[in-house]
Amino acid sequence: MSVFNYQKDQQGIVTITMDMTGPVNAMNAEYKVAMHEAVNRLEQEQGLVGVILASAKRVFFAGADLKDLVRATPDHAEEIYRDIQLMKHDMRRLEKLPVPVVAAINGAALGGGYELSLACNRRIAVNHRAVKIGLPECSLGLFPAGGGIVRLTHLIGVQAALDIILASKQMIPEKALAVGMIDQLVETLDDLIPAAKRWLIDVESDTEAARQPWDRKGHKVAGGAINTPKNAQYAAVAPTMLHQKTRGLLPNATAAMDIAFQASMLDVDTALRIESREFVKVVTGAVAKNMITTFFFQLNQINAGASRPQGVAKNPTRKLGVLGAGMMGQGIAYVAAMAGIQVVLKDMTLAAAEKGKAYTIALLAKQTSRGRLDAAKAEVIADLIKPTICDTDLAGCDLIIEAVFENIALKNTITQSTEQYLSDDGHWGSNTSTLPITQLAEASAKPENFIGIHFFSPVDKMPLIEIIAGEKTSDATLAKAFDFAQQIGKTPIVVNDSLGFFTSRTFSTYLDEGAKLLVEGVHPVKIENLAKATGMAVGPLQVQDETSLELSRKVSETWAAMGIVDKWGDGETQRRMIKDMITDNGRGGRHHGGGYYDYHADGSKSIWPGLFELYYDDSVAVVDRDIQDRLIFRQVIETLKCYQTGVLRSVADGNIGSIMGIGAPAHTGGFIQFVNSYGCAAFIQRCEELSAAYGERFNCPEIVKQRAASGELFA
Amino acid sequence: MTHSAYIYDAIRTPRSKGKKDGALHEVKPIELGAGLLTALQQRNDLDTAYVDDVLMGCVSPVGEQGSDIAKMIAQRAGWDESVAGVQLNRFCASGLEAVNTGAQKIASGWEQLVVAGGVECMSRVPMGSDGGAWVSDAAFSIDTSFVPQGIGADTIATLDGYSREDVDAYALESQRRAAHARDNGYFDRSVVPVLDSNGFSILQHDDFIKPQSSMEGLGALRASFEQMGSMGFDAMMIKKYNTLDRIDHVHTPGNSSGIVDGASAVLIGSERAGKDLGLTARGRIVAGAILASDPIIMLTAPGPSAVKCLQTAGLTENDIDLWEINEAFAAVAMRYMRDLDIDHSVTNVNGGSIAMGHPLGATGAMLLSSMLDELERRELRRGMLSLCVGGGMGISCIIERA
Repeated sequence: MSVFNYQKDQQGIVTITMDMTGPVNAMNAEYKVAMHEAVNRLEQEQGLVGVILASAKRVFFAGADLKDLVRATPDHAEEIYRDIQLMKHDMRRLEKLPVPVVAAINGAALGGGYELSLACNRRIAVNHRAVKIGLPECSLGLFPAGGGIVRLTHLIGVQAALDIILASKQMIPEKALAVGMIDQLVETLDDLIPAAKRWLIDVESDTEAARQPWDRKGHKVAGGAINTPKNAQYAAVAPTMLHQKTRGLLPNATAAMDIAFQASMLDVDTALRIESREFVKVVTGAVAKNMITTFFFQLNQINAGASRPQGVAKNPTRKLGVLGAGMMGQGIAYVAAMAGIQVVLKDMTLAAAEKGKAYTIALLAKQTSRGRLDAAKAEVIADLIKPTICDTDLAGCDLIIEAVFENIALKNTITQSTEQYLSDDGHWGSNTSTLPITQLAEASAKPENFIGIHFFSPVDKMPLIEIIAGEKTSDATLAKAFDFAQQIGKTPIVVNDSLGFFTSRTFSTYLDEGAKLLVEGVHPVKIENLAKATGMAVGPLQVQDETSLELSRKVSETWAAMGIVDKWGDGETQRRMIKDMITDNGRGGRHHGGGYYDYHADGSKSIWPGLFELYYDDSVAVVDRDIQDRLIFRQVIETLKCYQTGVLRSVADGNIGSIMGIGAPAHTGGFIQFVNSYGCAAFIQRCEELSAAYGERFNCPEIVKQRAASGELFA
Repeated sequence: MTHSAYIYDAIRTPRSKGKKDGALHEVKPIELGAGLLTALQQRNDLDTAYVDDVLMGCVSPVGEQGSDIAKMIAQRAGWDESVAGVQLNRFCASGLEAVNTGAQKIASGWEQLVVAGGVECMSRVPMGSDGGAWVSDAAFSIDTSFVPQGIGADTIATLDGYSREDVDAYALESQRRAAHARDNGYFDRSVVPVLDSNGFSILQHDDFIKPQSSMEGLGALRASFEQMGSMGFDAMMIKKYNTLDRIDHVHTPGNSSGIVDGASAVLIGSERAGKDLGLTARGRIVAGAILASDPIIMLTAPGPSAVKCLQTAGLTENDIDLWEINEAFAAVAMRYMRDLDIDHSVTNVNGGSIAMGHPLGATGAMLLSSMLDELERRELRRGMLSLCVGGGMGISCIIERA
């Protein structure tokens, strides 16, 4: 018995219901056999009127098995090429049957699932939000290689196809219909197969219905081939726009665009072959491995709660207190209300508290004006937030998050005066990026219920939350924070308490190295541009301006008051910057009179000329590669130190945290995966070179040497 | 000549059918060219910064082959940014024109090392894609009596009395020789496999050759230009060749050059370049010649161009050991041998474009690599290369082994 259930009805319609081993239908070895046999049988079938490809699972068809793909190495290249070509050959045979084939899309058709449906003559989907349609491969360092690029390009045109493919879009059926990815909707699951049959009967006498558009005489790609004059502008500009996004660091994206361009000029068979060849190169390359590892396996691991204490029941937050309605507090209130949580937003004055709520109202208004949210719902969400100055309004909160200034005394005072209003099972979270949780928890009567919840700014956009467990933080508290993070749609990483935790500590090395390069006399613009060329979201000087040197100064003063100086390395450069920039020139950052940049009235910015006078030395010749490696290696080394000392509890947290929290280049798969990809031996050698040339801060952490010896990857 | 122009290497891609089902259809034109540049670099351990210029012939320099493909090929191959590139077009002579011009650059002393060759992906940029007065200028076509080449070839056959059997027999021999040469590895030194981005081979050897050809098979093919001739081109031709009462349309796809994809590249340099880079010259370009004769019959200039080339070199027919005439059409090669009074036994000894195909802009430099390999194999000294060219032009080049 095949896992493809083959039924022919009296009308001559064969329905193939895919019911593969396991929870989903997937493009694996079992599929290849089942499809091959099905096509063999269909080609022999007498009196055939049409074919319906259906699913017995909740999803229509899932994509390729990423477990297989992540293991693909150049040694497997020829085998992969052969396999994919064979598989695509059978898809080609399916679409070349003399009768029409309908994909009856009952559930998600993503990646390989949607590609399979593209090899059918018609795609009919159930109009339900769970029926996601799309090609998410690019987000994992891959591209749709099961004919997805080639067929979608031929079906809807180069530009439209690339918009979907490069953005890894997943769509609800209505949207997919609107862009031409599918042909028809049915309102209920029950009507799916009958609708498919009705169409097959309707077109029984129409020979063209069995022919794919690209196999018809006179077929032209929608919108024309890429080299037709009307596409000239797009053809010239699209690659550079893509490069601006990827900085040329995502070979899969370049390949996807190149294949779509070529597909528009070539016949389908040739283009499908090119698609396979380029896929082999991409799937066996480092970037795909990095991105699949981090964005699929490790992110899934995190989302599935690997770092959440086992055996603690889910504890969703019902009523949240937010103390401080400033930039962070108002953002926290917004994301919580969006998740349906009742929020008490408290500040010192009602005006401040109301201003905090107004932030949510403004964001909601933007969404309603764009038609993304209906006004009634927006009102319900806004009503969830109660601005107040009264502590008593916090009564019954099962979670209070304090988001006041980074000042231990202030935070302690608030903890002591306010924690009494928590419900019996309530927990206390402190939003801090720099202050030790264990020490803050000392102010609490229940330090086991105290935890650090580090939000990133702007809260509504940044996807990460860094949860910091203090020495006494209980499992229940950790679970509470974890559940809350997921409740508001954020990805939580969990770290142990240590000065600067993981993200701030690592991030500060980026700023520090940028400042060091500056002080050495490297051209400031060059520092910024080379940093961006590595894939960092923003250059170190610009980002220092955004977070503000003023804040760095305050933090180091706070730490100094705690008796901590230069805990994670020599702070000499930072002290010099504070003196030069703040003390001597009053340039504490973007919102503190300007910083490394001057900020102009028209919104533009330019390097503050004073930097050239203070530091620039055109005789300094640090090679570009060293500049880039210094900026990245500092962060990688710091991340490894965090992992080796247990600040980071898992590799997954280090990778996801570095990408989502620090802006680590996505193609590296994060700052720990970076080492896997670079190779331990090569990494050690490069550290030695950098250390010899630039100082001990580049000494390779022990843990890499251990891994080099054991041959074990960071996983 | 002030300086000798040495041939340090000469390579080409295999050739394959220039249609959708051809093996090279999936390869971009710049990749074909870049693959050869990479091979030149690897085979000769070449410091590409030393190369002054890359000259690439291309007859349909539009679309993917447009905008100076030679420079783009150099860029695609990752050659030093100092390397210039120029695409040139002298119709079917383009590849040899690149070689001759390259040799002139070296001979003049202006440059020390160049790559000369050509590229033509006829499957991706079909012949005629570049337009031109022949297909868009009625007054020009009428005033200059434009007639397509194939009818010119048929006219040569009619004038010279080559029967259908004669041209088919010539074609059959071309097939036999090409298959023999390929199967015995005579092309191995110059043919560089085309690889994909993984390094997998897309095409290793010429696959256009049809060794199973027979006189019966060839005889069954329909004449290619009969219908077109009857639409007025025959009459146009007869206006000029007014002793003819009719044109015998003897040329078919079987005895004309095939439409294929391919590229070629020759590394030409001065003696100094060889010394600086530690390269050993394989040969030398002795002389080149270009001329034009009647543009209406269009295909009769190769013989005269060879004579001119001999004169330039101060040589005679007897100084030439082997001859290569591009087999655009069988009658062209036959007229060439007749003009120069040379035997088929020393002409196109390993077959030609009828068997292997004629990737327009690339062919000229392909003749060079085939000739050089064969001179080496036979331990002979000199070879003459000639092609017929659109517009009634003819081009030739004499090479000799170092």
